[in-house]
Amino acid sequence: MKFILSLFSIIFLFVNISSQDNPESFPFVDSSKITIAPPTSVIAEDFKYDNAEKLSITWIPSIDDQIGDNNKVKGYKIYRITDGGQPELIAEILPGSNNYLDEGLEENIWYSYFVSSISDNFEARSNTTESVTPKREWLNFDLKFLFLIALIISSSVIYYIRHASKGKKLFVRKIAGLEAVDDAIGRATEMGRPILFIPGIHDMDDVQTLAAITILGNVARQIADYDTKIRMPVSRSLVMTAARETIKAAYQTAGRPDAYSDDMVNYITDEQFGYVAAVDGIMVREKPATIFLLGAFFAESLILAETGNSIGAIQIAGTARPAQLPFFIAACDFTLIGEELFAASAYLSGEPKMLGSLKGQDIGKGIAMAAIVVGVLSATFGEIWDVQFLLDIKQYLLQFFTVR
Amino acid sequence: MEHFALWVAAFLTLGIISFLYKDNPWYKVTEAIFVGISAGYWVVVLFWDNFYGKFWVGKDNDSMLYVGGLLGLLMLMRLIPKIGWISRWPLAFIVGATSGLWMMNYFASNIMVQIQGTIVPLFSANFGEGMNAGYSTVIGNLVIFIGTFTGLVYFFFSKEHKGVYGVGARVGIFFLMITFGAAFGYTVMSRMSLLIGRLDFLFGDWLGMIK
Repeated sequence: MKFILSLFSIIFLFVNISSQDNPESFPFVDSSKITIAPPTSVIAEDFKYDNAEKLSITWIPSIDDQIGDNNKVKGYKIYRITDGGQPELIAEILPGSNNYLDEGLEENIWYSYFVSSISDNFEARSNTTESVTPKREWLNFDLKFLFLIALIISSSVIYYIRHASKGKKLFVRKIAGLEAVDDAIGRATEMGRPILFIPGIHDMDDVQTLAAITILGNVARQIADYDTKIRMPVSRSLVMTAARETIKAAYQTAGRPDAYSDDMVNYITDEQFGYVAAVDGIMVREKPATIFLLGAFFAESLILAETGNSIGAIQIAGTARPAQLPFFIAACDFTLIGEELFAASAYLSGEPKMLGSLKGQDIGKGIAMAAIVVGVLSATFGEIWDVQFLLDIKQYLLQFFTVR
Repeated sequence: MEHFALWVAAFLTLGIISFLYKDNPWYKVTEAIFVGISAGYWVVVLFWDNFYGKFWVGKDNDSMLYVGGLLGLLMLMRLIPKIGWISRWPLAFIVGATSGLWMMNYFASNIMVQIQGTIVPLFSANFGEGMNAGYSTVIGNLVIFIGTFTGLVYFFFSKEHKGVYGVGARVGIFFLMITFGAAFGYTVMSRMSLLIGRLDFLFGDWLGMIK
């Protein structure tokens, strides 16, 4: 009995002395507590390329943090000290973790941290880090490859624009939907019926609406030449303003400013199906000979295209929304698929500068095709023959095209 | 009051559906109510959410809002014909800013991420062994590679679709049409659920025939 008591006393003394060696551990350890070592090498540093609002905290996990059911470490608690104030618990995370991203911070306020490993009934605290403050960088080097690609494509656009400006001919293949524009406008002129132009239901902050308004410029010039009527109901006030300006400019270019009227473009409502109900009504009452459905469309695409089809109008549609393209293909005579919508304005105008930009974009597509072929072949043969060189090429390409 | 609202909703629903027969006065009334109420509703929402909720309340904390306010004010210059041309400035700002912002977004999502997602091995020992060599993965990766590559061929405008290139473009358009077919079927099914919802309202909530 005496021996057992002495043994417990020695163990108690040993634990007590050990805890005093580390001043940041708890000074007294109850023998019933599951003691664990604290995490070490805790470092807080600025998180790169953010808006000066994040700090990254990393540490080496406690040596008692082992994989398995018998892991004594149940997790980590992260404490933040703001401008030398009181510690504040900001997160409790799972065992095995070795980093944490503290968000929502402010520039020029200094933060320090400490991390505690926790068992069921014990908490071992690390040293406190140096004080750091979030910083804002001028350049985001994580996007260097994106910048490089943008630079190559933009440079080729500029090159081809200059090339075309010198009077050199640029070849662009025929786009069926756009070849039909002349015929569609001619048909409306012959029939003495109006042309209906629907620019989608999005505002001017959508590139599809921008593309539609650009095409409108070319269409309106022809309409002015032929003295055909155009009707353009819109669902956004800004689109109405932009469309009026565009048609007005087209009529002035055609030398017929007197024929322009603000009534050609009218606002209906921002409400999606309210707009559709009104446009359907216009279709069946005014029976336009030609309908352009160009821009951003959603659930209304089939309703509009089907009503246009039922009145026998020739319909030219175009959108970059993959979910709506099937409906246009099913119900319209010609459909501009995605990229063709954006190419349309250059194609219709035939202006060297716009055609130059189209050619420049093709360079981007060429780069994409080359990268895909090289990447897929190196990935396939690298995996089959286990050639490290090929696998490195694949890995490099994957890194090159990664956007953080 | 609840009964009255139910009858109004049913009257308007049937008015819109009557368009399936042909354009008629009932549809015209419903259309006018729908357009009028929704236009008025959006004026109120935009005034209170944007002008009051964002600009008026937040202007003291964020001076950048004054720039937006000024651009909005310039838009109203259209109401004065002599200086109406000033309203082109905010329009030019919106168009320019939109193009610039979207350009980098499209470079990232439509070029970089798309290429990255297409660089896949067509065959690998990691797919499995023997007859279980992960044929679905092999076929899936082949579809991704050929579909993306030939799709790009189709949208390449600098070359006529003739010869081998024409074959590539044709394969590309096949891929597009198969995708559109699948999307068509999927969307039609979701539209059916909308129709069922309306019929459920008419026969359930209104007529009480569905319990």
